[in-house]
Amino acid sequence: MTFVRRIILAVALPITLLGLWWFASEGSTNYLWPPLSRILTAFGDTWTAERLRADVVPSLTRLAAGYGLAVIAGIALGVLIGGAPRVRAFTEPVLEFMRAIPPPVLVPIIMLVLGLGDTMKIVVIASGCVWPILLNTVEGVRGRDEVLDDTCRTYGIRGGLRVRHLVLRAASPQILTGARQALSIAIILMVISELFAAENGLGFTVMQFSRGFQIPEMWSGVFLLGLIGVALAAVYRLVEAWLLRWYHGQRLSRREW
Amino acid sequence: MNRTVLGLLGLVTFGGLLEVAPRVGLVPAQYAPPSSRIAAALAEQARQPQFWAALGDTVQTWLTGLAIAVAAGLAVGVLLGAVPMLWSVTATTVEFLRPIPSVALIPLVVVLYGSTIRATVVLVVYAAFWQVLLQVLHGVADVDPVARDTARVYRLGRWARLRYLVWPSALPYVVTGVRLAASVALILAVTGSLIVGSPGLGKEIEVARQSGAAPAVYALVVVTGLLGVVANVATRAIERRVLAWHTAVRTEVGA
Repeated sequence: MTFVRRIILAVALPITLLGLWWFASEGSTNYLWPPLSRILTAFGDTWTAERLRADVVPSLTRLAAGYGLAVIAGIALGVLIGGAPRVRAFTEPVLEFMRAIPPPVLVPIIMLVLGLGDTMKIVVIASGCVWPILLNTVEGVRGRDEVLDDTCRTYGIRGGLRVRHLVLRAASPQILTGARQALSIAIILMVISELFAAENGLGFTVMQFSRGFQIPEMWSGVFLLGLIGVALAAVYRLVEAWLLRWYHGQRLSRREW
Repeated sequence: MNRTVLGLLGLVTFGGLLEVAPRVGLVPAQYAPPSSRIAAALAEQARQPQFWAALGDTVQTWLTGLAIAVAAGLAVGVLLGAVPMLWSVTATTVEFLRPIPSVALIPLVVVLYGSTIRATVVLVVYAAFWQVLLQVLHGVADVDPVARDTARVYRLGRWARLRYLVWPSALPYVVTGVRLAASVALILAVTGSLIVGSPGLGKEIEVARQSGAAPAVYALVVVTGLLGVVANVATRAIERRVLAWHTAVRTEVGA
């Protein structure tokens, strides 16, 4: 009974809102706010399998490549910097400054150097995403448990074994926080890197609709971008729950104490 | 002391690398000008009233959007947090709307408002609102059960509960929310100006890029970075100030 009640509560508002939108916009003649029914028709007509392959797949591939690069580089550099206090003090102001630069302004600079190809877009995504991951890794590595650190030293655990079982494990909650911030930056940069002179991609196509005043198609693009954002956030949550299952379990058991 | 010296040394080394790399031909000087030329371009910009107008526009967009987002996030957050029924009804809607990237709205605001500050403010508000809202919700949920029961026993009214129970427990979260929102808002204020073409630093960057003035592009990017640093330092200072009582209380209890 409570389960059914929860479901009803959960879907009631979205359905009401969509219903309101549907009926309020039904007879709309304002071309900026087309009827929801027309937007949904446009969604089906616009985002066909062919369109998805031509525009959405390249966008998501570049997103994955850039994000993956940022994760690898961020964690590797973060472990190096976080493990050495002197290196950390040396690099901290520079890193804080680099992080403070709004990532999208890097687009014009990277475009100057790399032109307009896929490499530029991947580098843009990677260069924007790397900072939150890097700085959070540094913090996580720095904040590792001293007792565990000493234990490792006593047992002579060194090198790769130490990095894997002590350093990365201790830093992983922080690293994943950074990875989450980086993911939303990655989506922003995926779209923005395509607004400047691209020949395919989601951001490019949606902006084309907007400039050509194809309003229902543009709305459908906004919907699709939103759905991709929601889907990526859901995937992230699953990955995080799996990677940090030990951590959540530990916190739960502490709370029960 | 030692840390400060090392940090300064790091900054100098970084600047030196940027100076030397193009000069020895490691990177093409045409695209990556040495730092001395960037500094010269920055000084050149600082002499132009146009630059200060753009800086003012960006700061105005940023603060307006941030203020609206914080006010709305606080109001909605306290309301949803105080009435559990409302939260269970809206939870799925919030969870769905939150991950929608604010750039998805760019085509929409361009069509609706054109290249105006208003278009960019809408983007800023949308991006910053969720940061504040989520932190407020966490904060309201974090009220100590013992304190809550105490308030009930003493029969504090609705208003008194909000003022003396919910607000102090939620404040640290609210401040964190404002700090996160401030940096996101700055990103969107500059991005909006860059993409939408509303007045501000982003538009200046795009203009400089199109005219091929690489040193000016770099100089303006440095300015946006400095703005970001200022935002971080300012919000951290406010955090320390507002929560001075808080850390003190916590450490006392902990010890």
